[in-house]
Amino acid sequence: MTPLRMFRGALTLALTVVASLAVLRSDELLGAQRSATATISGETDGWASRTVSACDHRKAVVVEGVRSNEKLPPQKAQEVADLLSDLMRFCNEEVVARISIREKITLSVNGLPFVDYVQGGELPVELVHGKVQHTDRDRAIWKAELDREVAEGDRLFHSDELGTNGLACAMCHPDASNTHPETYPKFQTQLKKVALLRDMVNWCIQNPLEGKVLPDDDPRMKALEAYILVKRTGATLDPGKH
Amino acid sequence: MGINLTPKELERELRERSLESESLIQSLFNCDRRHFLKVSARFAAMAAAAGVIQPHAFQLVDVAYAAASPDANPEVGFRFAYVSDSHLFARGMNHRFAKAALKAVEDVNALDPQPDFVLFGGDLAQDGRPEELELGRQILSGLKPPVKMMVGEHDWYFDLGEKWRQMFGPDRYSFDHKSVHFVVLNSVVEDDFWTVKGYTPEQRMAIVAGLDDGRQSRFKVGEEQRDWLHKDLEKLPKTTPLVVFSHSPLYKYYRPWNFWTDDAEQVQALLFPFKSVTVVHGHTHQLLTNRIRNITFHGMLSTAWPWPYAPQGLPPLTLQMERTDPFDQFDGCGDGSVDVLKSGTVNANYNLWDRNPRTVTYAEVTKGIKGGGPSY
Ligand code: HEC
Ligand SMILES: [Fe+2]
Ligand SMILES: [Fe+2]
Repeated sequence: MTPLRMFRGALTLALTVVASLAVLRSDELLGAQRSATATISGETDGWASRTVSACDHRKAVVVEGVRSNEKLPPQKAQEVADLLSDLMRFCNEEVVARISIREKITLSVNGLPFVDYVQGGELPVELVHGKVQHTDRDRAIWKAELDREVAEGDRLFHSDELGTNGLACAMCHPDASNTHPETYPKFQTQLKKVALLRDMVNWCIQNPLEGKVLPDDDPRMKALEAYILVKRTGATLDPGKH
Repeated sequence: MGINLTPKELERELRERSLESESLIQSLFNCDRRHFLKVSARFAAMAAAAGVIQPHAFQLVDVAYAAASPDANPEVGFRFAYVSDSHLFARGMNHRFAKAALKAVEDVNALDPQPDFVLFGGDLAQDGRPEELELGRQILSGLKPPVKMMVGEHDWYFDLGEKWRQMFGPDRYSFDHKSVHFVVLNSVVEDDFWTVKGYTPEQRMAIVAGLDDGRQSRFKVGEEQRDWLHKDLEKLPKTTPLVVFSHSPLYKYYRPWNFWTDDAEQVQALLFPFKSVTVVHGHTHQLLTNRIRNITFHGMLSTAWPWPYAPQGLPPLTLQMERTDPFDQFDGCGDGSVDVLKSGTVNANYNLWDRNPRTVTYAEVTKGIKGGGPSY
């Protein structure tokens, strides 16, 4: 017996014996997914469903058409075991599989919507670029990067280094008030042309601050824009006023 | 709007209009006040006629409103002028803020008749440095009428007022003028936030100077000064008209920016027993009016820059200035004067440099303000 077959046999046994325990565990595991899909356990489209989970607590199979207090028929149990051991290939992901009453298998990977799945096939991750699932670590890195960009903009906005006369943006724009990024693009009468936010940022650098305009690809311009946009998110809009 | 211009037509339109406005602006500089009103009315008409004003574009001149000479109004007892919030950097007389402060000095000296005195409303310096205060003293020494000094947070938090007091004397005092009792307060006292954090004097000053810097405490008059005020007022009949000068508004407008005095209620309570009370304050750099029971509050303009109205808490009585023209250093800035009426109440004259002046009268404060804010 290969280790995998041994595992499969053990799993079938476990499923028939400790089904109720498995249901509990999978319910905990599936808390997040349930709120997104609302079809994990209990009645589904008029059908009962049954949830079982694998021992890594990161894979679960929902069997539709079987009541949760009912024993899985041996053939169904085998099917579930096969599916679960197949899914063990994707060690890092949290996967919820659903076997419909018509034996159609769909998967939800890391809380994403359910999509079709063929056993032994690739993990259906076409929703994500690079076919790589985003992890919490990824998300933490992205947030840190964004925060860093905004913090740099915050620093520049409060510093006199963009100009030559000691003035800083925040002196006249506390909390980035009166920057109105939401009104751009707009025709700026004094510039006699359509302006983007960065055109007015540059204008204020040149005039009140008596500094040198920043080129479009200057990281400082990006940081300033990032800070202004983040600060003003959710600000009350006053269409036509600014 | 229903007007479709080809890019060529638009360009011509804009060029012509900008030529026209340039000559108009030139004429504004060369004319007396009455002529100014005429020219600005033409400006408004022109803007309306041009018809291509974009919804996002600037609004042009509104109804003009000039401050009457105090002689013209028999109710006026006397007038004092103010210059406030010059925020000087020690970068010579050609720095934009020094030029603006000098412009205010010229304005005051040109007032006819001359005001009885000039109040300086605080924030003479930007970073509280001795050299900045020295430059300020030099500029203000050009004022012909006597000057009453008040302190602002930008003057104070580098050396906790040492240089300022050495140069200008006590930071709180009172005096009587033509049967009106005047009180000058230091309303920018903050609880010590710097010692535990080990901030240097420079850091402490920079934090307080940052309007949106939440690391500081809030302004207050403080118990010690309130006791002094209580004693100062105690001896006066309650019919004595009071005019109180404070740097921060003596009420609660917007806490995150320190447009605020933490013990405002306690200070107000000392003022409520008097029949007529006016508070004239700096710090907010904008046309700002409030009334709480018998106390009228007028904000002073800054010579350096105007502040946007805070997102919350604006007193409803305030006649708002329209959007400041970012292309004009002096727009939204200015100086002003206050007419103290024989009744002891006041009319506040806002001398906005590049837009129409506006007077907020006592009658308007009590009966409702009519008309829009000053626009260009
Ligand atoms: C001396 C005062 C002052 C300083 C310093 C200043 N600005 Fe401005 N800025 C203004 C004023 C006044 C306006 C017009 C405000 C309004 O729209 O009501 C303006 C307008 C803007 C606008 C356009 C707002 C709109 O409604 O279209 C942006 C963007 C802007 N500033 C960014 C900056 C940045 C970035 C800096 C620093 C590099 C800066 N400003 C420094 C006074 C200043
Ligand atoms: Fe100020
Ligand atoms: Fe101030």
